[in-house]
Amino acid sequence: MTMLLPRRGLAQILALIVILAVDRVVSPQFFDLRLQDGRLFGSLIDVLNRGTPVALLSLGMVLVIATRGIDLSVGAVMAICGAIAASLADSHGLPVVLAAALGAGLVCGLWNGFLVAVLGMQPIVATLILMVAGRGIAQLITEGRIVTFSSPDLVWLGNGAILGVPVPIAIALGMLILTGAVVRGSALGLLIEATGGNARASELAGVGTRAMILAVYVWCGVCASLAGVIAAADIMGADANNAGLWLELDAILAVVIGGTSLFGGRFSLVLAVLGALIIQTMNTGILLSGYPPEFNLLVKAVVVLAVLLLQSPKLSGFAGIMAPLRRAKP
Amino acid sequence: MKGLPPVLITAIVLVVGFGLCAMQFPNIASTRVVGNLLTDNAFVGIVATGMTFVIISGGIDLSVGSVIGFTTVFVALAIERWGVPPLVAFVAILVLSAAFGAAMGAVIHVFDLPPFIVTLAGMFLARGASFLLSTESVPITAPVYSTVSDFALRMPGGGRLSAIAIIMLVILIGGILLLRLTRFGANVYALGGGRATASLMGVAVGKMTIKIYMLSSLLAGTAGIVFSFYTSAGYSLSAVGVELDSIAAVVIGGTLLTGGQGSVIGTFLGVLIQGMIQTYINFDGTLSSWWTKIATGILLFAFIALQQGLVALARRPVATRAGAAS
Repeated sequence: MTMLLPRRGLAQILALIVILAVDRVVSPQFFDLRLQDGRLFGSLIDVLNRGTPVALLSLGMVLVIATRGIDLSVGAVMAICGAIAASLADSHGLPVVLAAALGAGLVCGLWNGFLVAVLGMQPIVATLILMVAGRGIAQLITEGRIVTFSSPDLVWLGNGAILGVPVPIAIALGMLILTGAVVRGSALGLLIEATGGNARASELAGVGTRAMILAVYVWCGVCASLAGVIAAADIMGADANNAGLWLELDAILAVVIGGTSLFGGRFSLVLAVLGALIIQTMNTGILLSGYPPEFNLLVKAVVVLAVLLLQSPKLSGFAGIMAPLRRAKP
Repeated sequence: MKGLPPVLITAIVLVVGFGLCAMQFPNIASTRVVGNLLTDNAFVGIVATGMTFVIISGGIDLSVGSVIGFTTVFVALAIERWGVPPLVAFVAILVLSAAFGAAMGAVIHVFDLPPFIVTLAGMFLARGASFLLSTESVPITAPVYSTVSDFALRMPGGGRLSAIAIIMLVILIGGILLLRLTRFGANVYALGGGRATASLMGVAVGKMTIKIYMLSSLLAGTAGIVFSFYTSAGYSLSAVGVELDSIAAVVIGGTLLTGGQGSVIGTFLGVLIQGMIQTYINFDGTLSSWWTKIATGILLFAFIALQQGLVALARRPVATRAGAAS
């Protein structure tokens, strides 16, 4: 159980290469990079940059799904935290803003985790509550307006660069390494997988399943709040209605593309992030090719179906590796 | 009647809520407001009826909002651009949406996949297809539309029971009868109780799954037609998020999200509660519409917590574990 499983990730890496090659055909300058004002520019950087929110979400989501859960509220949590960051940005320093936003994400995650782990609700139902109410709460914070700000510190989070690398990419990479180190550097990842594989058996074997479930939802909330702050910093404003809209679906899609079974029990952080990049590379490719962006949804639908069929327990071959242990209602 | 207590609670919430609203704004308690409530929520009511069947059977259908969007665009384009007679367009879209639902049901059954993710793909597909048809709002000027919009039954007190409200009520009654009195309805409950058990009892699980999703999509298509009557236009972004509203209505109506228990009448009450909150906010004037979402979220939580408590009481000795969806 190492972090990188090349044998398992082969399909995803091949898919990414194929899509990149298609993008190269569509747009010959696709791989061009240039350094300007101390920041790298180019389509590839653009893909990474725009893929950051979904990549961050998928980092939290993959852990939740590994426990056989699902978190539908991440888009709404993004909206809440973006709204908090935007409304505090001009009156407070960056540490306060970040602490407030991440704290809100933590509370949202705690709420979801409490409902699932302590009250024993179905994850899809429990997180539906925050998905519905969260956008309302975000609008309450922004008072229904689109809150804009000009604080250079927060703007830097969305548009700045560290050693030429745009800050969002650096943050996502940092979070990937941090999550990977914590989860795979200890037995935590194994315990999470055990919880997803069979919660009852794990509990009897001495795994603190409730704590595990609570922890993954909290982490998912924190990742979502970071994504929300970055999304707000990117457009220098918070739009409670549209920030993170439908991104929960993209995040789930990224996790599924990454080969993590929706039935829980196994996961790969790197492949989930790769899944997010595959989605974004497709989006960018469609934009560059001049097709209307509406095409995106159709392509996504076809990809979801294809990946699902590959994962289907009824189909052999590739599915053999990822076959769920047993079926359950999501 | 097993499903009665939660429905009773829903009914009490509705009556008490309506009473409180009426105390603050006496004008709410008029047939005029109630008539508008039914008209404004007609399409949600129709979709939620189909969603009730899906959820009782232990599934979920996330594609309904997109199917409504697709239907409005398809109907508008067919009538206005392609010169198809409205009735033919209606029949065509109903057949199309039924086929779409059947396909989703077939994928769910044949490949043994979670309904949640299959209908999610369906949601992308239908929304993407409607974007491809047209990204602009297409107004519908066919005479049939003004006839239907103008038609209304007068109620005492000046209220109007519009044509689309009548369609909703007819479908609702049909749904109640279908669920309560037919073999199909009994099979839906059996499926929700447990697929393996149902199969052992002789229910054709595959056929039922296909039929249930077909019904849901068919009703979503009907709701799309009703929505196009409501707005007299077809727009690819219409009815975004309706799947959530209808799931919320079903849950508030006392249907168990794990399946096996629930009722169409409860769903109707759930739709009315959501509509009532919206009406109250409109009457108040100072509250913003986002309070609807928060109130709905709170109600959702209350009802799910209640269900959880009831379920826990029912099977007390069994330890239910978090994360393991039974």
